[in-house]
Amino acid sequence: MVRWLKRSYIYLIFAFLYLPIAVLMVYSLNDARSRGMWGGFTLRWYVELFQDRTIMNSLYATLIIGVSSALIATVIGTMAAIGIHNTRGVPKKLIMNVTYLPVLNPEIVTAISLMLLFVFSRMRFGYITLLLSHITFNVPYVILSVLPKLRQLNKHLYEAALDLGCTPLQALWKVIIPEIMPGIITGLLLAFTLSIDDFVVSFFTTGSGVSTLSITVYSMARRGINPKINALSTIMFTFVLALLIIVNVRQAREERKERNGRRVPKKDSPYDPRFGSA
Amino acid sequence: MKRLSLTPYVIWMVLFTVVPMLLVLYYAFTVPTEGGTTWSLENFTRFFQPIYLRVFIRSLNLAVISTLICLLLGYPAAMIMAGNAFKRKHVIMLLFVVPMWMNFLLRTYAWLTILERNGFLNSLLTFFSLPRVNILYTNGAVVLGMVYNFLPFMVLPIYSVLSKIDKGVVEAAGDLGANPFQVFIKVILPLSLPGVVSGITMVFMPAMTTFVISRLLGGGQFTLIGNLIEQQFLVVGDWGFGSAISVVMIVVILLSMAVMSFFEGEEKDVALW
Amino acid sequence: MVSEIIVQLKGVSKYYDDTPALTDVDLYIRKNEFVTLLGPSGCGKTTMLRLIGGFEKPDTGTITFNGQDIGNVPSHKRKVNTVFQRYALFSHLNVFENIAFGLRIKKMKESVIREKVSRMLELVNLQGYEKRDVNSLSGGQQQRVAIARALVNEPDVLLLDEPLAALDLKLRKEMQHELKNMQRQLGITFLFVTHDQEEALSMSDTVVVMKDGEIQQIGTPEMIYNEPVNAFVADFIGESNIVDGIMRQDYLVEFAGNLFECADSGFARDELVDVVIRPEDLALMPPDQAKLKGVVRSVNFLGVHYEMIVEGADGTEWLVHSTLMEPVGTMVGLGLEPMDIHIMKKVRA
Repeated sequence: MVRWLKRSYIYLIFAFLYLPIAVLMVYSLNDARSRGMWGGFTLRWYVELFQDRTIMNSLYATLIIGVSSALIATVIGTMAAIGIHNTRGVPKKLIMNVTYLPVLNPEIVTAISLMLLFVFSRMRFGYITLLLSHITFNVPYVILSVLPKLRQLNKHLYEAALDLGCTPLQALWKVIIPEIMPGIITGLLLAFTLSIDDFVVSFFTTGSGVSTLSITVYSMARRGINPKINALSTIMFTFVLALLIIVNVRQAREERKERNGRRVPKKDSPYDPRFGSA
Repeated sequence: MKRLSLTPYVIWMVLFTVVPMLLVLYYAFTVPTEGGTTWSLENFTRFFQPIYLRVFIRSLNLAVISTLICLLLGYPAAMIMAGNAFKRKHVIMLLFVVPMWMNFLLRTYAWLTILERNGFLNSLLTFFSLPRVNILYTNGAVVLGMVYNFLPFMVLPIYSVLSKIDKGVVEAAGDLGANPFQVFIKVILPLSLPGVVSGITMVFMPAMTTFVISRLLGGGQFTLIGNLIEQQFLVVGDWGFGSAISVVMIVVILLSMAVMSFFEGEEKDVALW
Repeated sequence: MVSEIIVQLKGVSKYYDDTPALTDVDLYIRKNEFVTLLGPSGCGKTTMLRLIGGFEKPDTGTITFNGQDIGNVPSHKRKVNTVFQRYALFSHLNVFENIAFGLRIKKMKESVIREKVSRMLELVNLQGYEKRDVNSLSGGQQQRVAIARALVNEPDVLLLDEPLAALDLKLRKEMQHELKNMQRQLGITFLFVTHDQEEALSMSDTVVVMKDGEIQQIGTPEMIYNEPVNAFVADFIGESNIVDGIMRQDYLVEFAGNLFECADSGFARDELVDVVIRPEDLALMPPDQAKLKGVVRSVNFLGVHYEMIVEGADGTEWLVHSTLMEPVGTMVGLGLEPMDIHIMKKVRA
């Protein structure tokens, strides 16, 4: 009885969380411009979506910025994590505190501070400013994904590699990097999704002619409801869902490995709830 | 050698995090004059004019209400999910976070479709011959949007703390004579406080500073502090005033974090700063 | 010293998802007794403790406490307290508040609480630690807090679930003494769970040996050691030589190709049995004076005695503990008294 009540409560919460997404999906197949009624099944909005130059261009921009900022942030962030791991005392504290700054700052503050920087340095707003901004807010998340993996690493692994004849660079490349690869991949995926999800920072740091999906949705939504956005939402949700399943299967596999006693229990990494802090 | 790998990041950090923050401070504490700029607190004194204070109070008010609702809805949810009501816990948690993966703009936009005059909600109400409601473009809609977007930020930290509580501790409390209610009040609740604190922080902060939710669901007539900043930078062009508001907001958030960590009890490191 | 029965289990079984953890167990515990549940991990000893503590409900059978059925009484209403395996201290409370927890639940007066807690702190040697954060204590100190937290409630029975497992050897020995002293001082019944046979033998009045959810033997430490009822108990309690034998007639057993006089009777003629001989009961002697002979294969000096492996003519390896030694390769005889030959019914298929 109590158990039944508990479950019902969770199902209600789920209904609340999924209702808007379900409504969007259903309306994306609705052949009527006025949302109130069902006008029959159609794929018209999907066709129009793909013919819409503005949306397609912003999709393109979003993907380019997402992929390139995630890759660059992963390289910088992984190197930084290894460096931080080998730093002690005050410098380490200082670096970690500044690293947390973009994570803890309200998005809008990060956004306007970057905007001021670009104005101040007379940069042209556009792809470059957008990319620099995205890398900036992505790097801390990569660092926070990689650091726990480094902490779990056996301290003597690096020394063992040197002992077996690796140069320091080889030891890093052949031993350390493969060992922390799960953290690097998590960081990369996290950076990519954060970049795709971002609106606020992009809104302040983009220039005329360059628009990400979030910005396009924002300007369209302010003018009222547009069935093409429904179609777009459906596609994006499906895509994200697929990505999520891949990530989770990967994680489950890794956990199984851990349970077999190959690794130390993993430290929690309390940053983005979507990746589960548990 | 390993330290060398830090160099690119340190340079990046200084250029794109430290310098921009200093710029915000610079603009906040200066005003333009004919010859250039001069140090001044004018931007801050302006903020304490009634119109702006009213915006601040309204933001604070809506953020507090949203945070409370998230806490009231979220704590029981986290507790149930951390307990044994479900066999496949990880699946439930996964289902819980999936909606968060949807683009934030699209998630908020979805509520437009539901709440608008001829939207899903009113169609449903009409279908059951109930009176229509007009929630869209009210404070209620803004709060709804905030709760919808930020609820997981409340649930997940609490869930993570609750599921880490040693079952032995709960049994020990029962063993020492506490009934289930006493076990909750005296053991589970205090042990879960760190999660509650980070949950509150993680909801309050974005709720206080959002400008998208208020713009889309509040219809622009309910200006929040986030909208005020946005206007200063993108419409009015008064960067000094915009920066000053940002600085005030950072201070408010730091203060609330300090208050929260005080409640949480000394040095338990949640590693927020 | 026979006193009344305080806890009694009758026909108790417990299943987890159809896997039996305890099957049809009967056990009683007398007042002021120090009883130890001993067995390898997964033998059901912790399950038994949790049933008595009220954290699990039995699937069959009854548990009575002072004659009353408590099968359905929740743990917070039982006059039983537990010292948990990993202590389960409340990390949000300091040492004083941890110990005072049960008293506060009972809404005792502040002055009474103060007095009782400080008496407990004295008992466990933690005076001056009142205000300390429990996370800052060492393992041994946490252990003491856990014991004090349970004892302050003056339970009729104290349950201890492998409380010393996490401590290092020296600390463990110390705590064994202290626990035993506390139990004598306070006159409380202790039910102690462990997988360490030495611990069980040195502390208990009664040892309950368990395996696969069933009780194998109940008795005093001396009885369990000297008269194990089967090969499992013999093997688990101390080291033993266990060989196959045939009971030719009462008081006469055949093993290792020889007939030996023994002290056991009541077996069927030519029944297959387990013959158990403790390594310290085998005495080295000249080969021509002994029925058992063999060649020394290895010698290990263990401080008090030597441990030798002697291989008999039929290939049987005998573990011998002796203060004397013979070098590897020597032919030796192994003497043994009829009293030292323990005959047991075969339990293994």
